[in-house]
Amino acid sequence: MKTARPVLLRTGVVVVLLALLAASLMTGGYDITISRLIEDPAAREMFLISRVPRTLALVLAGVAMSVSGLIMQMVTQNRFVEPTTTGTAQWAGLGILVTLIVTPGAAPLTRMIVASFFAMIGSLVFLGVLRRVALRSSLIVPLIGIMLGAVVSAVTVYLAATFNLLQSMSAWRSGGFSGIVRGHYEPLWVVGIITLAVFLLADRLTVAGLGADVAKNIGVNYERVVLLATVLVAVATGVTSVVVGFLPFLGLIVPNIVSMLRGDNVRGNLPWVAALGAALILACDLVGRTVVAPMEIPVSVVLGAIGAAVFIALVLRQRRHASF
Amino acid sequence: MIQFSDLHKAYQGDTVLGPVTGAIEKGGITSIVGPNGAGKSTLLTMMGRLLDPTGGRVTIEGRDVFTTKSREMAQQLSILRQENQFTARLRVRELVAFGRFPHSQGRLTEDDHRHVGEALEFLSLTQLADRYLDQLSGGQRQRAYVAMVLAQDTDYVLLDEPLNNLDMKHSVLMMRQLRRAADELGRTIVLIIHDINFAAAHSDRIMALRDGEIVTTGTIPEIMRDEVLTDVFDTPVSVLEVDGRPVAVYYS
Repeated sequence: MKTARPVLLRTGVVVVLLALLAASLMTGGYDITISRLIEDPAAREMFLISRVPRTLALVLAGVAMSVSGLIMQMVTQNRFVEPTTTGTAQWAGLGILVTLIVTPGAAPLTRMIVASFFAMIGSLVFLGVLRRVALRSSLIVPLIGIMLGAVVSAVTVYLAATFNLLQSMSAWRSGGFSGIVRGHYEPLWVVGIITLAVFLLADRLTVAGLGADVAKNIGVNYERVVLLATVLVAVATGVTSVVVGFLPFLGLIVPNIVSMLRGDNVRGNLPWVAALGAALILACDLVGRTVVAPMEIPVSVVLGAIGAAVFIALVLRQRRHASF
Repeated sequence: MIQFSDLHKAYQGDTVLGPVTGAIEKGGITSIVGPNGAGKSTLLTMMGRLLDPTGGRVTIEGRDVFTTKSREMAQQLSILRQENQFTARLRVRELVAFGRFPHSQGRLTEDDHRHVGEALEFLSLTQLADRYLDQLSGGQRQRAYVAMVLAQDTDYVLLDEPLNNLDMKHSVLMMRQLRRAADELGRTIVLIIHDINFAAAHSDRIMALRDGEIVTTGTIPEIMRDEVLTDVFDTPVSVLEVDGRPVAVYYS
């Protein structure tokens, strides 16, 4: 099994990722070429203020959402959960709205803390409901999450309408990167810390994926792993929500593709999930920026279209593999 | 020795087990038998600390299984439940390697690799080691789970219906392998078995449960008697001798 194929695949992913990074850096309203970057200080300045932050934000948000999906799928033993199918991201949105209502001028850090706190509540509500549901078939679980998310979204929209903040919320909902400039995206670097934490927790997350009993049998504190995982996902979702917005399906598609290719050993999969997550969001962003140029389709819309198709494909595939 | 005293489990006031007091001797194979709803799994999963009792305590070599540090307990006692529906896609070798977690915390040493290799070999899984669990038959998967708890290298191994999903041939093979684990590796094995004749053929002792009580515990000749089995299973059973072994007949 360990022949040329995985090496080829690995090289392929790295090459594609680098190509997408380059394309992302070179695409945009201003005409920036490599020669102009070297000669023209103004172009360089523009490049560093807007282009680089946007690409970095895409990569970090892509990693955040796909790693969050990976974590959640392990601790719930369900392939269909991720921050937007569990209500976690919708709670983060509610958190953002609440800060807009209570302290309109709040610093980004305050908004991130509140959003993360709400995301945490969202995940715990989801896990709590899950614990009370006897029928934990693989499709019931995301269904519960999607419904919880819908309820929270409804409350959010009602509150937004009441306080005349609908416009701010629709900007959040469409999760775009067009407004990302230097000084705005930096909190996303927290994703690096989260990914490192996941790497350290990797084996315990895989064990959690085998269920509470197996975990306990080999001396792993399942509850503690779930709690830590919930905190990591909440922070990743909260920060991403404040900086970028709502990014659906990324956490669903990426870990599932990686699982099909190389199984579910979290330690080995983590770099793949991160790389594919970054590549997918870069590609979706490029599509959104080019198809209607000079206008832009938000990346969440592109992700939603692709993600929904993949979600259905996964469901169909699962029906064929009864043991899934 | 596993000892339990006044062990009791109730759900919303309905007692499903006990209070029972008893012991599993060190060494050999002890089979727990009894009709459906007798409380066999409840007793086994409480001994294996996966289920909290309503009352009473369980000790292994004098150490309380519920208060001893989980990681330490995991080096002395392993348990495999009956239902293992893993959604995680792992290769057989990866799964078995997680049996070493209590010893190595994920950083496998030379010694860990040796244990994993031996457990795979022991359950004839070496050829299948690089397959994913979802590519195996139910019986092969069952063997992989058992290999995982054997790789854990604990003195006590508790298995809830390890013959589940296995056909006749593989049931016999599994029992022989467990017999070897007891005889050659010195493990103390506690099993729940549905088929009383399998229990009689391969175990050293039988513990019989009915209606949440322990009816009797004893050696094979002590348990394989008409009146004992008829009482335990609440249905007419007669024990015949076939090829020098006691065989329970209960089909009439």
